[in-house]
Amino acid sequence: MPALIDIIPQGERVDAHRPWPRLVVTPAVWRAVVSEVAAGRATLLGLWGDADAVRWVHMAIIDDGAGDIAVVSLACPDGMFPSVGALHPPAIRLERAIRSLYGLEPIGGPDARPWLDLGFWEVQHPLGARTPAPAARPAYSFLPVEGESLHQIPVGPVHAGIIEPGHFRFTAGGETVVRLEQRLGYAHKGIESLMAGASIERAARLAARTSGDSTVAYGIAFAHAVEAALSFEVPPRARYLRALMAELERLANHFGDIGAICNDASFSIMHAHCGILRELVLRAAEVCFGHRLMMDRVIPGGVAADLPADGAALIRSCLMNVRQRFPRLVELYDNTASLQDRTVATGIVRADLARQFGAPGYVGRASGRNFDARKTPGYAPYDELDFAVPVLTAGDVNARVWVRIREVEQSLTLIEQLIERMPTGPIATAPDAVTGEGLGFVEGFRGDVLVAVRLDGGRVLRCHLRDPSWFQWPLLEAAIEGNIVADFPLCNKSFNCSYSGHDL
Amino acid sequence: MRRTLFEGLTHRPLTEAPPRADDEALGELARQFDRAARRRLGRSLSIREVDAGSCNGCELEIHALNNAFYDLERFGLRFVASPRHADVLLVTGPVTKNMREALERTYHATPDPKWVVAVGDCAFDGGIFSGSYAVTGGVSKVVPVDLHIRGCPPSPNEILKGLIALLEHVSEKTAVS
Repeated sequence: MPALIDIIPQGERVDAHRPWPRLVVTPAVWRAVVSEVAAGRATLLGLWGDADAVRWVHMAIIDDGAGDIAVVSLACPDGMFPSVGALHPPAIRLERAIRSLYGLEPIGGPDARPWLDLGFWEVQHPLGARTPAPAARPAYSFLPVEGESLHQIPVGPVHAGIIEPGHFRFTAGGETVVRLEQRLGYAHKGIESLMAGASIERAARLAARTSGDSTVAYGIAFAHAVEAALSFEVPPRARYLRALMAELERLANHFGDIGAICNDASFSIMHAHCGILRELVLRAAEVCFGHRLMMDRVIPGGVAADLPADGAALIRSCLMNVRQRFPRLVELYDNTASLQDRTVATGIVRADLARQFGAPGYVGRASGRNFDARKTPGYAPYDELDFAVPVLTAGDVNARVWVRIREVEQSLTLIEQLIERMPTGPIATAPDAVTGEGLGFVEGFRGDVLVAVRLDGGRVLRCHLRDPSWFQWPLLEAAIEGNIVADFPLCNKSFNCSYSGHDL
Repeated sequence: MRRTLFEGLTHRPLTEAPPRADDEALGELARQFDRAARRRLGRSLSIREVDAGSCNGCELEIHALNNAFYDLERFGLRFVASPRHADVLLVTGPVTKNMREALERTYHATPDPKWVVAVGDCAFDGGIFSGSYAVTGGVSKVVPVDLHIRGCPPSPNEILKGLIALLEHVSEKTAVS
């Protein structure tokens, strides 16, 4: 099996970029890499725009098996680049976003409609030339549909109950969904624009608020990117505390999700009991780290606060509580036939799609994709810890529930190991360098988060945050096809994609 | 399942004592209301939540209000799916420009009398996102706000304090005239 770097025929290495290689390539090499990705010889990890003297596009790729990552960069002095989406559908939305934000044209791109730009800003191409938006903008058209007796159901952006905003355009034949088309961007806050020129500290606070339910994962990914860029190591105790927070975040979200998925099938007893478990974790987090969601607790260089003296005991007691209650809930889920009837064989994501999209997190792992950033490429302290990555193949709502159940079990043992082996020592260090480029790649609860950062003089020149949901939202459209409209909440919740993380 | 249900009858509930209504909130509300409107609603309020571009942190803590510890419904407060069924709009987020129209439409779809509660630091003035090309900068820039609950995110207890103040004010239990 050739190494990842071998699929990039030629390129000028950017020495300042760490820890994985970044190469500046020609359009011909870019096209060659795109072909390799489209042929499945590498997985697309990210695709984003950039601007300094000229505008750029960057493409991050990964070898699923070995965990090698590489970034290829193409300068776009003429404002265009060879489309990745033309050959590789998972890149389509990313390219549409690049076009809307930077004004860079993907040559041969299959979809010229804007993405994230809903026509409400006073400017266009806000990360590129940022010119005033034209007075008249073409209306957005959803994909055409043909057929007998079809009707459209528009849902959102204000939808469901307590949930982020997004638009879902259903085409249904009777009760059956013939197509779902999403239109997202309602939560776009211009985070990357706010980060440009910001201090590292302010940028870290912005990163932590990209997706509130993954604030720890984003904090760690941003910190990793900065620490790689400035070549400084974080003390071992800080790494352990970060992992402890990350696993608590994973637990809290999985408990919330398992309950909420059952609730969307009207099985509220699971929701009530899982809600108790989630609350116990958040309260432990508050006592141990000073914030229920642990926001701003991970900082570049380490962590903001140390575990209190009784912290370990408190967490152990929380785990004991969870271990007493959780198995019975799992049994309840598994033995309730009417609930199984809703979740089994509903919302199936095919294995080949999961592979093609590099579906992160439980979405990929429930459809046979054995990938977890904590193992591949992996990062400290997980390389010292003992845990398994659950993978199932049915790809339905039920499988996505079971992957979460198994991950809860794994997180419990990880937390025990982290507490048991917690190193002593300082909880933060400061860098010497002020300039560099780095990449962070961390497994959040819903999947892998990618952060790319360029720093100069202690400030952020450019930061890109890639939420796992970019490669999960499109799969929801595929999963809902052929299911009844009433199963949409169930499917949507089983994915639990991020709106804010995606929209930036 | 039977065992779990049965235990619900024999075990002490987890529901915690409610916090006192927030004095500051009562102060803010005192400036706003029409007595007749208050009398009409009794002690119950239906809430439609609107995420106007938040990071989802506030949503998580709002969700927590429905758990066994905080048990929002014991106060007569409940979430509804349509603004047309709502008395209160609970709004989070800095109000992205992309959500401005949706928020306005939701506000106009909510029948009178209605109240708007803005939850979170972003909802107050745009918070950390203030100044972005994509953000309006606070719910009160788009619709009239009756109560702000600060925090990033505010804890469920803090949100509850504000909502209880709203409820007390609406049903005239408050000493403030």
